[in-house]
Amino acid sequence: MSELKSGSNLEKVLKAGHFAFTGECGPPKGANVKHLKEKFKYLKGNVDCVNLTDNQTAVVRMSSLAASALMVTEGLEPNFQMVCRDRNRLAMMSDILGAHALGIRNMLCLSGDHQSFGNHPQAKNVHDIDSMQLIALVKKMRDEGKFMNGDDIDVPPELFVGAACNPFADPYEYRVYRLANKITAGADFIQTQCIFNMEKFRDFMKKVVDMGLHERCYILAGVTPMKNAGMANFMKKFVPGMDIPDALIARLKGVEKKDQAEEGIKFALEQVAEFKEMEGVAGVHMMAIEWEHMVPEIAERAGVLPRPVV
Amino acid sequence: MIVADRKSLEEILGMVADNKKILILGCKGCVTVCNVGGLKEVEILTSSLKIARKKAGNPIDIDIQVLERQCDTEYVAELGEAVNDYDSVISMACGVGPQFLSEMYKTQTFYPAVNTTFFGGATQHGVWEERCAGCGTCGIHMFGGLCPIARCAKSLLHGPCGGSSKGICEVNADTECIWDSIVKKKMEAGQLADLMGVRGLKDWTTARDGGPRRSIREELVQGNI
Amino acid sequence: MRLSYSADVKIIQVPCTGRVDILHLLNAVEDGADGVYVAGCLEGECHYIEGNLKARRKVAHVKKILTELGIEPERVEMYNLSSAQGARFAEIANEMAERIRALGPTPVKNHTAA
Repeated sequence: MSELKSGSNLEKVLKAGHFAFTGECGPPKGANVKHLKEKFKYLKGNVDCVNLTDNQTAVVRMSSLAASALMVTEGLEPNFQMVCRDRNRLAMMSDILGAHALGIRNMLCLSGDHQSFGNHPQAKNVHDIDSMQLIALVKKMRDEGKFMNGDDIDVPPELFVGAACNPFADPYEYRVYRLANKITAGADFIQTQCIFNMEKFRDFMKKVVDMGLHERCYILAGVTPMKNAGMANFMKKFVPGMDIPDALIARLKGVEKKDQAEEGIKFALEQVAEFKEMEGVAGVHMMAIEWEHMVPEIAERAGVLPRPVV
Repeated sequence: MIVADRKSLEEILGMVADNKKILILGCKGCVTVCNVGGLKEVEILTSSLKIARKKAGNPIDIDIQVLERQCDTEYVAELGEAVNDYDSVISMACGVGPQFLSEMYKTQTFYPAVNTTFFGGATQHGVWEERCAGCGTCGIHMFGGLCPIARCAKSLLHGPCGGSSKGICEVNADTECIWDSIVKKKMEAGQLADLMGVRGLKDWTTARDGGPRRSIREELVQGNI
Repeated sequence: MRLSYSADVKIIQVPCTGRVDILHLLNAVEDGADGVYVAGCLEGECHYIEGNLKARRKVAHVKKILTELGIEPERVEMYNLSSAQGARFAEIANEMAERIRALGPTPVKNHTAA
């Protein structure tokens, strides 16, 4: 992992051996650039790069590519998310080239939430290729300088390739193999689904380390601070693939409503502290959903500031 | 077989609202097997339409016929010119029926009485499930005999997505996650290696994406077999 | 017993209510019957094991069709009684006749062509 593949800040931070700290930002439901740039302010300097979600939960928002490009102009580093739901291989390859041209150097390859969850459930989905193949596609374009049909690309895109991993989805015994396959496909880094069940995650990371996967790829543990017990309940009931232990909900409910946010942050900070020490974990992906303004405080209290300049 | 669901009486009544004499055509193929367009269903639809039209004070004459199949020109031809004795014709066959009829009897109007849904089979009496997407390049054997193209909501080829929970698909609580079944079957058989690695991108030219499809069997076309 | 029951009821005998078809019920409505009911054996007492249960499901299906057509589903009904319950038979006949009388004549009229 010595030679730089993309030259992105995230890649450099990880390769220098620093504990990475990445953020997330949902583009606006409109062309509201001003609002988007305000969100950027909270993230700038506090994270190594920021994921720009791609029509997350299948709700139409400003394109992740455009939002990523805006982020580049604001001096932050984006992690451009791309889902397989909305684009066929032509659109994917052309957007990958476009991403590089716009100065984007990180990309996260995802299957995408099914359109039935979103605000246009009547839509036709694409799923021409799946997330595993998307990882391999970006890698091929970058490393071989070729399109999927074998034609040469004159200036290949240089992207640090990311993939997702949800240790909490079923069947659990298979999840570590799926992760291994994503790494084989070409994932340079992994960002996991939000972790709440620490016991299960410890077991998962043990399997990861036993298989040596952490030596082939950087694994960033996903953390989402809970704003209150209601949010925890909602996620447990309605968000697919979420594993939220009753003990966490009880802990949030155990304090007064006005103090629940602080309790949620405390839990997140405890998680970050443990991840810093956990074998195989190379960083944390902080998904403060619609809570970007809390990131500076969370980063400060998590002791991850200042971010390394590499 | 091809599975279909009958359209609502309201929609069918709307189609023939201006007609006084119609023909309802059943089919003895798939739609008879999936209880949507065989003789029985033709008779029930006929009686239902007649009741509705009598109630509206605008009775309708309905003749019925059930063809051996509506997807073969030789059976469709049996109707002959008599088909033009009606104001319109309702076909209870899959989507192929009204088209074969329209192609042969160009001046008559053929209404579909069913919504054709998928290729599948009955898992229990009254319940049909999709099994095939007709993609034109079958690889069922690679996935433990279970097709993820047809049965995974995202047609994934490399395992279950992050929304798979307790064997259930994230899209619908009544839908099994087929990847959960594939993975478990392969793991139990000690064949997990079959699911590792990255498959080449699927060639969709054999699916609908390659344009309307046609299957030509030369030896049959020549008529010598 | 010599019990009297509504003269509006016309009885059609079948060997078992399992023989009653959706079409029998629909055709009766189509031909202008104000109401139709099926009198089967007590549940669990069917000589053919489940003929009366099947009849109940068919009645339910016809009710569904009538509802879709904007016709009162109460015009079709399923009853269960044993052949020894003469009084119950008369009671059901009267009850059904009363129900239909309250609903009024069928909206399915045999209009002569205008």
